Amino acid sequence: MIVLGAPALPLHSAGKYVAGAYLVFVALMLVYVAIMARRLTNAERELSQLRRDAAARASERDRSPEDERQREPVG
Amino acid sequence: MTTYGRGLRGLTLATITTNTLALALVFFYAPLDADQGFVQKIFYIHVPLAIVSLCGFIAGGLFAIGHLRSGDRRWDMRAYVAIHMALIFGIAALITGSIWAKASWGHWWVWSEPTLVSYLIVVLMYATYQPLRFSIEDPERQARYASVFAIVAGAFVPLNFIAVRLAQQYVHPRVLTLTGGHLPGSMRFTFLASLAGIALLFVTLWKYEMTAKDMRMQLRRARRQLLGDDAVRPLGRSAAPS
Repeated sequence: MIVLGAPALPLHSAGKYVAGAYLVFVALMLVYVAIMARRLTNAERELSQLRRDAAARASERDRSPEDERQREPVG
Repeated sequence: MTTYGRGLRGLTLATITTNTLALALVFFYAPLDADQGFVQKIFYIHVPLAIVSLCGFIAGGLFAIGHLRSGDRRWDMRAYVAIHMALIFGIAALITGSIWAKASWGHWWVWSEPTLVSYLIVVLMYATYQPLRFSIEDPERQARYASVFAIVAGAFVPLNFIAVRLAQQYVHPRVLTLTGGHLPGSMRFTFLASLAGIALLFVTLWKYEMTAKDMRMQLRRARRQLLGDDAVRPLGRSAAPS
């Protein structure tokens, strides 16, 4: 509704300064969000690595008593 | 999800909605300033950024008090993130203010203007916060010294603001006062919407950063519990709380 009723923006010589100020703000926020997204990706990668390590450790633990039993002399 | 992640989705939506509405108000609702014309639109981003950054610095000081009182390192983390965010907002305020000065006064910077210089002093003072932290290796001592710095600097922020307000000569546009200022209703409404948007953005980003840091800590802890101390790489020297 606001946009429909809006007057034309007076983008004369002052327009570049206003656009510059708002773009600086948007650019700073985008850089910040990009850094945050990269950190989040790293954390996700670390989490999946941790899951793999934990699963490997668990299966190793499950296998070891069986191996010991097999190694015991029969008879 | 970590403690800080609670309500983050709602907060993000509120931030996006408020900022979109504020931008629409700035460009399509607020009237052109009779004196400055279209350039005055920078006011709606520059002043909220400056106010929110100063509040962020003060919040950092309050969190630091929490750390010194309780000894809980989470307060130090909160203070660190608040100051870190406020510094980013402060730099944005300086750049947008400089652009406004160029458009309005014809100079990128005016050294004789007390508001500009005092704000720069505050930002430069807080720019030493991270190097201070980095210079101290022991995490406990780092957190303690950083908290003392955050409290002293946080107390300096309002004092500095009051001192500038009490100064006799004003060059800086003075549009906001405790009695309401000289803004017409539509401009004041737009300004308040912009201020709310920037304040929400600060809180949202603060919560995101806290969530990310908390998650990394939990990951390290889980790794240590599952795989033992050897599986966790020792943290190198860092300015960030560990």
